[in-house]
Amino acid sequence: MVQRILLPARVSTILISFAVALVLELLPWWDLRYVPDFVALVIAFWCIRQPRMVGLGAAWALGLVMDTANGALLGQHALSYSILAFIAITLSRRVLWFGIGQQALHVAALLLLCEAVSLFVRMMAGAAFPGWAVFVGPLLGALLWPVITALLLMPQRRPVDIDETRPL
Amino acid sequence: MEHSPPPFFKRGPAPLVRLVFFASLSVTLLVLDARFRYVDGLRSIVAFVTYPLQRAALAPVELAASVAEYFTSQSALREQNTQLKSRLLAAQYDLQRSESGAADAIRMRRLMSAAETLERRKTPAEIVYASRDPFSQKVFVDKGQTQGVLPGSPVVDDTGVVGQVTRVHPMIAEVTLLTDKDQAIPVQVLRNGLRAVAFGGGTAGTLELRFMAANAEIQNGDRLVTSGIDGVYPAGLAVGTVLKIERDAAQSFARILCEPVAGIARGRHVLLLSPDSNLPPLPTEAGSGNERRDAPRRNRRKD
Repeated sequence: MVQRILLPARVSTILISFAVALVLELLPWWDLRYVPDFVALVIAFWCIRQPRMVGLGAAWALGLVMDTANGALLGQHALSYSILAFIAITLSRRVLWFGIGQQALHVAALLLLCEAVSLFVRMMAGAAFPGWAVFVGPLLGALLWPVITALLLMPQRRPVDIDETRPL
Repeated sequence: MEHSPPPFFKRGPAPLVRLVFFASLSVTLLVLDARFRYVDGLRSIVAFVTYPLQRAALAPVELAASVAEYFTSQSALREQNTQLKSRLLAAQYDLQRSESGAADAIRMRRLMSAAETLERRKTPAEIVYASRDPFSQKVFVDKGQTQGVLPGSPVVDDTGVVGQVTRVHPMIAEVTLLTDKDQAIPVQVLRNGLRAVAFGGGTAGTLELRFMAANAEIQNGDRLVTSGIDGVYPAGLAVGTVLKIERDAAQSFARILCEPVAGIARGRHVLLLSPDSNLPPLPTEAGSGNERRDAPRRNRRKD
């Protein structure tokens, strides 16, 4: 795989990607259990790619927004997204050495853990087990990892230069 | 001489410290929300901030609907118009009959000096999106505090009861569906007037009549309507039909499953009824002994 040098990430790209992820979440889907958690996916992406720019604070705030928008317990998504961001930042140097398929495996583990934290919190608060179908969404989310990577890195790619004398 | 590290290396607290901070903040919020419900103000503020995003999410759906509308053929429209006219005629006939009946009922209630039932305010609303929370059955409608929606209002559609408004944000309100595990509704069997309470069955999309004696007089296909004794739901609204009855000699209660009659998972248009305001005050929690912890919040209303 040819490594290409990317332009620095812009704050506007990050903000727009989070807004689009939230809008995707709020679309009236027919069965929500099989819809991947786009916000978690985008948080994982930026925490792995730009751990200096997106961190636990952003993840926590987005979690609060998700809790309110879904009428879930306030703090449930905030907790799971904070843990997700922490692990993604810790793994960020390691994950990028792998190819895209193995990166997706890492992300699958992250998203499953995120869902498991939510599940644990709700079971502690007295909810019934909603069925194993809730773990389908995170796996589908991991399948979307190559797509998300291609889309979100697009603004950072330089146009291909035909000039042979350019050093990099 | 002291040298401070160049700003290049300053990264703030370590990630683990931040994780501990944010996790404990989340857990505090969780406990405050689950046990004491102190954080509804914060929730409303966040909901107000995210409202534009929610409208944006609705835009493609509305666009698709308007495009589909644009391409509807004239014959289809005419057919729909004829159908609606015939339905309106039938509804008008029913209305005339029920009006005279209602006048009779008011006269009778006056004779018996019973409390008069008030006309409720109706607010039409549209379901914006369903909650992504797999643990509860909730939808969000596009009317909120600014339109005068009150928590506790019953929500109905054209066929029957859908649920109840549980939280009200400035522009949007959260409706807990009848099928939610924590939602209960007092019902009555239409055939013989037997009273019961229907509880939501969770993701299965059914209702369950709990605490009905194994020999209770109830059959498959019995229709259930609201009994109105809780003062929240008006009496006589359709709730569901009995689907399956399991009578087990080993248990003293029958297991009765019902199917909700309203388009709980399908419809888009609902009607929010204002809660009945001329009720005696609810008994205080101290006097009511061993009731469920979260029961008061369902029936609580702001007077």
